[in-house]
Amino acid sequence: MGEHVVKLPDVGEGVAEAELVEWHVKVGDIVREDDLLASVMTDKATVEIPSPVEGEIVWTGGEIGDTVAIGSVLVRVKTAGGGASKPTPESQAAEAGPPLAPPAEAPAPQARAPKRELPLARPAPKREPVASRRAPGEKPVASPAVRLLARDAGVDLRQVTGSGPAGRITGDDLDAFIARGPDAPRGPGLARKTEVTEVKVVGLRRRIAEKMALSKSRIPHITIVEEVDVTALEDLRAALNKKPTAEKPKLTVLPFLMRAMVRALAEQPSLNALFDDDAGVIRQHAGVHIGVAAQTPSGLLVPVVKHAEARDLWDCAAEVARLAERARDGTASRDELSGSTITITSLGPLGAIATTPVINYPEVAIVGVNRMAIRPMWDGASFAPRKMMNLSSSFDHRVIDGWDAAVFVQRLKELLETPALLFVDA
Amino acid sequence: MEEIACKLLVIGAGPGGYVCAIRAGQLGVDTVIVERGRLGGSCLNVGCIPSKALIHVADEFEVLATAAAGKSVFGLTASAPKVDFAKAVAWKDEIVTRLNNGVAGLLRKARVKIVHGEAKFRDGKTVVVETETGLTLIRAEAVVIAAGSAPVELRFLPFGGDVISSTDALSLPEVPKRLAVVGGGYIGLELGTAFAKLGSKVTVVEALPRILPLYDQELTAPVARRLQELGVEVLTGAKAEGASHGALRLAAANGHPKKIAADKILVTVGRAPAVAGLGLEELVLDMDGRFIRIGERCETSMRGVYAIGDVTGEPMLAHRAMAQGEMVAEIVAGLPRAWDKRCIPAICFTDPEIVSAGLSPDEARAAGHEIKVGQFPFSASGRAMSRHAERGFVRVVAQADRNLVLGIQAVGQGVSELSAAFGLAIEMGATLEDIAGTIHAHPTLGEGLQEASLKALGHALHI
Repeated sequence: MGEHVVKLPDVGEGVAEAELVEWHVKVGDIVREDDLLASVMTDKATVEIPSPVEGEIVWTGGEIGDTVAIGSVLVRVKTAGGGASKPTPESQAAEAGPPLAPPAEAPAPQARAPKRELPLARPAPKREPVASRRAPGEKPVASPAVRLLARDAGVDLRQVTGSGPAGRITGDDLDAFIARGPDAPRGPGLARKTEVTEVKVVGLRRRIAEKMALSKSRIPHITIVEEVDVTALEDLRAALNKKPTAEKPKLTVLPFLMRAMVRALAEQPSLNALFDDDAGVIRQHAGVHIGVAAQTPSGLLVPVVKHAEARDLWDCAAEVARLAERARDGTASRDELSGSTITITSLGPLGAIATTPVINYPEVAIVGVNRMAIRPMWDGASFAPRKMMNLSSSFDHRVIDGWDAAVFVQRLKELLETPALLFVDA
Repeated sequence: MEEIACKLLVIGAGPGGYVCAIRAGQLGVDTVIVERGRLGGSCLNVGCIPSKALIHVADEFEVLATAAAGKSVFGLTASAPKVDFAKAVAWKDEIVTRLNNGVAGLLRKARVKIVHGEAKFRDGKTVVVETETGLTLIRAEAVVIAAGSAPVELRFLPFGGDVISSTDALSLPEVPKRLAVVGGGYIGLELGTAFAKLGSKVTVVEALPRILPLYDQELTAPVARRLQELGVEVLTGAKAEGASHGALRLAAANGHPKKIAADKILVTVGRAPAVAGLGLEELVLDMDGRFIRIGERCETSMRGVYAIGDVTGEPMLAHRAMAQGEMVAEIVAGLPRAWDKRCIPAICFTDPEIVSAGLSPDEARAAGHEIKVGQFPFSASGRAMSRHAERGFVRVVAQADRNLVLGIQAVGQGVSELSAAFGLAIEMGATLEDIAGTIHAHPTLGEGLQEASLKALGHALHI
């Protein structure tokens, strides 16, 4: 009989300790190899510690919630075999591992959290010999000074062709390699271009960059894409646009969408809000101020249609047209470019089939309009050509649940597919 | 308990450890070094340095003894020389102390904190040191294990009394009249030769068929011949079995039991990593037999824990440890480094000396190289003649097609100093033409390297 000591293995980048969050075994339990012993949590991931051996648990270290240092004893396992804590023959036979091979006694932990790269996955039984184990004659021939330069430049000398005697890599060879990049076949007339143009990020571009970074870094976005059958809406729009007048200019889809949003937001005021996350306060606005993202020569601007709830279809249309023109001219006032409580983004004919709109911080929702297209839709008996348009809408998942977001999107769909509802008093 | 937090903790202030600490200090890494004995490790205190000091004393004595015996070929005479061995040992100790202080000064200059005591791992980031004044807890982001090695003890010849290790042999009160050396490797032969020159009757017992089994026979033959001239009895294929009543018991090559009268029995059968008591069992590191397994960055299987020098295996050489230590310090400081050395020269300070850098002809062939070999005998060297040291040669091994030098070996008096040229040539990726085309100053032993290269190219000038 032997006793095997299982220690808390190194669970990742710079982590010196981990919190014990779950015991999968207790004293007296029989475990087989790879059975889970415990789960530990670092600030990055929850990691499961499997048993490297088969045997009986005779001792467990620590209680749930304890902080355990890397390398400290986690459990003691009474094993049927001989000696304690000896490297397995397999581990002795294997070549010296690449950096950070897991200890033989403690197979590398498996992370539960997604997208987390552990230093090394599970036992890697056979490995290619690492560079240091190559026979001396196989190493690239280069002086120590050139080797050092290569290391500092991150160049693998095995990729560099040496021009010196016996294929020795000279400093010039290395410089040329660094300037040129790895050798690759090149066709005539297709020259590599190595110049880099620096463009200073200033002004509006810098403000956009900051705003986008702020939004994406603070807000966990949830994006819902839904298709909307706008055939009826388009028929209505065509009819209304037949005789445009000065008071009643041509309508785009936008004013219909704005009216639909006003309706839907009346039912879900939590979406027409600004979330002051520093203060931890959500301010729901009674007035619906819709920002309309507009591309201008100098970049993205978001003029705001104030009090959309108090504007009818034509009023919305006129205000959008007026603001868009002022934004393009560069004459929009600061007031006209701020104060929105929710935003619409539309790329018009470039609108693609789906987008992942970035919320206009500190708002909590944004509605993206995708390109309209005639698509065959199944009407129960046959395919019929329908005018279809997708809406891609993002929500701040910290304060908006998926359910509420979906209800909002479905409501917009309903209102736009049956536009008469827009004109019926609730 | 006193607590220290640092970026780098080095365990062991031998050549690997102190170089690592100094380099780390130079790079601005907050470094602590722990040593249980004296600074400098085995190399400085009980290895390279003191043994070379005693070998020097023996060489000087032998010149006088040869003259006194009327055997000087160039007509030196002397009256019967004597050695005050206690004074020789004291001189050696003074050198060691000076170097101890030198290491301490270098560490201080690099702002390295020195902690004296026994280190024991608590976990991969924490080490407890038992100092004279109590326990000190050291927390470090990176730990380098540079604990070194100690002489291997034979179960049937435990150290103590007249059975001594290489460490003891360097501080004997007097020259033993009869010395039995168990183990015909370089340590046993270096010390055995020195004591033979100082007047001991030396017998070497080697279990393998020849002495210095790690070197090819061509290189070791001049050493074997010289041992014979010095009156050293070499018993190969013989196995030591124990000690009794002032004698070493052994089984001779023919299997017959044999007794060799000996005042001291020096056991030099190798060195083992000195990791006991370090608490390595707390870390569960991957091992290579007795040694700590490392990768090309000297990293162990635990992140942030590095190992350098003798604890990581053969070749157990101070200069290997130093190079590893320097590299690890730079890695800890965040620089991109990995082990890419082409050769680690090795020297036997026997008489004559042996130097080997890179691949021997056999090793090169075994590695799959088509080779050409050039050899230049010192009997054709004016400088060797004028030193009365004509025995030995320089040998160059190169790739047959590209003339890339793969290895250089030499045996001869004073060839240890040629190791610098050998190592430089191989590390720079020199070809035979590079060496042949370099002017070598005349008259020196180093010309032998140029001539051996010319020989390999087919146009030696002096043979």
